[in-house]
Amino acid sequence: MAEDQDEATPVDVAPEPVEVPRAYGAAIIGDDRAVLFPTVDGYIETVEALFADGFNTCIDLTAVDYLTHPGRSLPAGIEPQRLELVVSFLHHVRRERVRVRVQVDADHAVVPTLFDIFPGTESMEREVFDMFGVTFTDHPDMTRILMPESWLGHPLLKDYAVGEIPVQFKAVER
Amino acid sequence: MNVTEQDQLSYIAAQAADSRINVEIETEGMTLNIGPQHPATHGTLRIVVKLDGEQVIAAEPIAGYMHRGYEKLTEVRTYPQVTTLINRIDWLGSFANEVPFILAAEQLMEVEAPPRARWIRTILFELSRISNLTLFLGDMGIQLGAMTPVFYAFRDREHVLNQIESVTGGRFHPNFDRIGGIKDDLPAGWIDGTRSAMTRIAEFCDQMEALLLNNEIFESRTRGIGVIPADIALSYGMSGANLRASGVDWDLRRDGGDGLAYKELDWKVWTHPDGDSFARFWVRLQEVREGVKIVEQLLDGIPSGPVMAKVPRIIKVPPGEAWVETENPLGAMGYYVVSKGELVPFRVKIRSASFNNVSIASWVLRGVYVPDIITILASLYFILGDIDR
Repeated sequence: MAEDQDEATPVDVAPEPVEVPRAYGAAIIGDDRAVLFPTVDGYIETVEALFADGFNTCIDLTAVDYLTHPGRSLPAGIEPQRLELVVSFLHHVRRERVRVRVQVDADHAVVPTLFDIFPGTESMEREVFDMFGVTFTDHPDMTRILMPESWLGHPLLKDYAVGEIPVQFKAVER
Repeated sequence: MNVTEQDQLSYIAAQAADSRINVEIETEGMTLNIGPQHPATHGTLRIVVKLDGEQVIAAEPIAGYMHRGYEKLTEVRTYPQVTTLINRIDWLGSFANEVPFILAAEQLMEVEAPPRARWIRTILFELSRISNLTLFLGDMGIQLGAMTPVFYAFRDREHVLNQIESVTGGRFHPNFDRIGGIKDDLPAGWIDGTRSAMTRIAEFCDQMEALLLNNEIFESRTRGIGVIPADIALSYGMSGANLRASGVDWDLRRDGGDGLAYKELDWKVWTHPDGDSFARFWVRLQEVREGVKIVEQLLDGIPSGPVMAKVPRIIKVPPGEAWVETENPLGAMGYYVVSKGELVPFRVKIRSASFNNVSIASWVLRGVYVPDIITILASLYFILGDIDR
């Protein structure tokens, strides 16, 4: 997938990311709230570069379904997709945070797993699979975690209804 | 055929030896299902363990029995309504759940709470930590078979809850934090009442230390049990006291953002180098003591002024995204809020501490004995609402 995305990324994946620690082969916006925008193909390399630089905790991994919000602001050259994977990393020594936002095509929602680098992402990736239907390749146990195993659909997608149970109120006796 | 007693005994011995050899050569594991109901789990978590004798080969926590779909519900609730829902995530320290969400919304709206509101927020934040961890200290005792601590904990926690109730009107679900400040000012006489509650909590900590820390049974059941090294804790995304008990000096009250008043106070982050169940208990005990010190300092210097900044009556949050994380009683709690510029949030991701703290269970439970499962789970300290959200 995503050949057009590759061309659109402003900065290509750096060949030796450790030597350019503040670039990580992707675009950065802001100073204190650093956000990187790698492609799905460059995702693992970016995370490995972050890990080598000392970002030793993956504090959060989630996704956002932008189906009903297409006009969000993204840096030039990043082509918006329906799904976006949002991963937050923490550097305990430098007290820095980096957020990685990966555009994921909803029709082909397959992303490599971070389990080998951060084993704590195992349950968070299962949650993203459960709620958004994003499959993580090489994940040890790609099953639902919060919803029942027999559940149909992925509830946090925007085209999944909130659902309601009709309540029948008794008439007031006068 | 005449069977003598001698024959019988040798037969039994041979059978026993055979079975021993079979155990050594080829063992058949047993799968033990712990939960979902357990009197001490504050909810429903199921742990499936595979056993070899009394040792755990593999453990898998199964969550989701209390999934209430808050992330989906927030998408159809206005910003002020969201705090009502998220009170119920970590129900023992419920005010603390509201704070990071409100801070994230304030960051998006570029509103800042006035100093008085910031201080009262910090007091209530710390009171929820004290009431939450007080119960943990007693609960850890009862899970190891000591009945007394939990009664003391319930007795003394009530004084803190009374103070929270007299400000907010709710013992467990205050719903008191607002975008731009807090709902109301403090009632008359509240500061003195809180001071005496803090004195009681300080006494309670001394009692817990006398009851549990010097107890030989408690020590032998917790020392060296469930050791989590620092690098494992970091790679599993643990946070809060569990991380500090592994020797990592990291506390978002000190190292995090400026939303609360902690940086103007004199207090200490406690760590413990051992990383075992005892360390996790010990760090939390010191945290309650530190919380008492923090509250006493805050009570001394509440600034005057309004408790609400100027915010529009109907709150529309400008488009953007914000990630705010605070040091909640159970660990780092973060909210990733995406706004489309409407009355309702577009997406709220609730990063709760227990979800990550429990994900280490399959690592730390491997190789331990069955009674230690309870010790380790108790010392990891999770709240089921905080796992499943």
